[in-house]
Amino acid sequence: MGSFGTKNTVLPGFGPALGYTIFYLSIIVLIPLSALFFKTATLTWDQFLVAVTSPRVVASYRITFGAALFAASVNAVFGVLTAWVLVRYRFPGRKLIDALVDLPFALPTAVAGITLASVYSPNGWLGQWLEPRGIKIAFTPLGIMVAMIFIGLPFVVRTVQPVLEELDQEVEEAASCLGANRLQTFYRVIFPTMLPAILTGFALAFARAVGEYGSIIFIAGNMPMVSEITPLLIITKLEQYDYAGATAIATVMLVASFVLLLSINLLQKWSRRFAE
Amino acid sequence: MHATTTSRASKVSEPAAVRWLLISVALAFLALFLLLPLAAVFAQAFDKGWEAYLAALHEPDTLSAIWLTLLTATACVPVNLFFGIVAAWAIAKFSFPGKSLLITLIDLPFSVSPVVSGLIYVLIFGLQGWLGPWLQAHGIRIIFAVPGIVLATIFVTFPFVARELIPLMESQGRDEEEAALTLGASGLQTFFRVTFPNIKWGVLYGVILCNARAMGEFGAVSVVSGHVRGSTNTIPLQVEILYNEYSYAAAFAVASLLALLALVTLAIKTLAEWKIQQGLSINENER
Repeated sequence: MGSFGTKNTVLPGFGPALGYTIFYLSIIVLIPLSALFFKTATLTWDQFLVAVTSPRVVASYRITFGAALFAASVNAVFGVLTAWVLVRYRFPGRKLIDALVDLPFALPTAVAGITLASVYSPNGWLGQWLEPRGIKIAFTPLGIMVAMIFIGLPFVVRTVQPVLEELDQEVEEAASCLGANRLQTFYRVIFPTMLPAILTGFALAFARAVGEYGSIIFIAGNMPMVSEITPLLIITKLEQYDYAGATAIATVMLVASFVLLLSINLLQKWSRRFAE
Repeated sequence: MHATTTSRASKVSEPAAVRWLLISVALAFLALFLLLPLAAVFAQAFDKGWEAYLAALHEPDTLSAIWLTLLTATACVPVNLFFGIVAAWAIAKFSFPGKSLLITLIDLPFSVSPVVSGLIYVLIFGLQGWLGPWLQAHGIRIIFAVPGIVLATIFVTFPFVARELIPLMESQGRDEEEAALTLGASGLQTFFRVTFPNIKWGVLYGVILCNARAMGEFGAVSVVSGHVRGSTNTIPLQVEILYNEYSYAAAFAVASLLALLALVTLAIKTLAEWKIQQGLSINENER
């Protein structure tokens, strides 16, 4: 090992490349993000606490995190099923479906938002069937969950898919030879191998859902205390020129996403160790 | 022979009935959550017919939103492309302490809520912000103007190219570059003749995703734009305005442009993935 990596190769440009990377990262990402903490630091502790624990704000956390938890769980179940079906079975249209799974990544959130709102609204394609049966989705917390399921859909599929592709079928044969039935093989052999990837996908979907704004606000109804998500509350405070309040809530959101990012990194390390 | 293959298949697969049940449930879920909304965009866009559709797209405010979106993407994609290639060169071709921390920091904008991404630029360049008073004294507008939209979009699309190229270049190693340099090629020749042909599909993949997000970003842009019709509205913001004014057909007509962009993005992305996979397996076979 050479000192700081340069000695062990004749490749040029390490210094300038790393220098530029750190410089650009700092001016675009790190310094702007630090502005949030500096602005929050100008508040007193009491002001901060009042801003982040007022009843309307706490209700928004409960709605945002609760709906995200539910949506990520639905994504975990159907994500595993979708990944399984795409990897293990052959059926017409499989490749097209495989490509379409990434649609929520590619479709701008505002488009997803107005579309979901119209499909589930009382006279929309699905709303007109659900509403008479007493199921209200648009403009209720259920609508928030539907939007979050949509945007989180690809995460579990895309983390579980490569693990399933690399899973050695000989292990399953061995389990079967040793007398396990198919269900036992799934629970005892396949599922434990997939688990780290499922959890990673779950955490990614959850993190995305918590921060999501565009696809939710059109379908949510945005009633304070009932269906108002935290990101919307930040915008509402900004529009009322309550910069301190907006910043304080944003800090809570940012810390939450740091914690999630850290756990996702740990999960990925765990799943990589599993793969070896 | 035949008997052994069937019994082997039954050991590592499910009965046909279970298979078809699982496929049906998965497809029903995807149809409900993916295909139905996608179809709904186009159905509602053409609700009032072709002429209304075209008229909605010819509105001056919509045209100016399209123009601003193209401008924003043209500004954001090249700077993030250049950064992505430079960062991937440093990270994938060299080893140094703190590498995994650097990769995590590059990915950071993906974990930040779009609303927070917009807010941080307001805190710096807004009237109440660090540079606000100075900027106002010099008559420079960043927030509620085009530069703010570009900056916020650069932030949210920051990781796309880098995160695609880093693993790709790591998997390719540096033997080929070292050979070229030993044979007397200059650093830049090595990059353009050896490295770039190897990563071109990865570059396309990163650029196409970066572009899709740059054109479609809503939350971050919504915070910094100020929503001035015909001047600081991008396509997604124009969709919001039309929708909130109950001009549904027009809103969906404009939205259908973005849905088309998403479909084209998925097609190019699938092609690039296929080419990258092909390149990697050719590499493996040569070794």
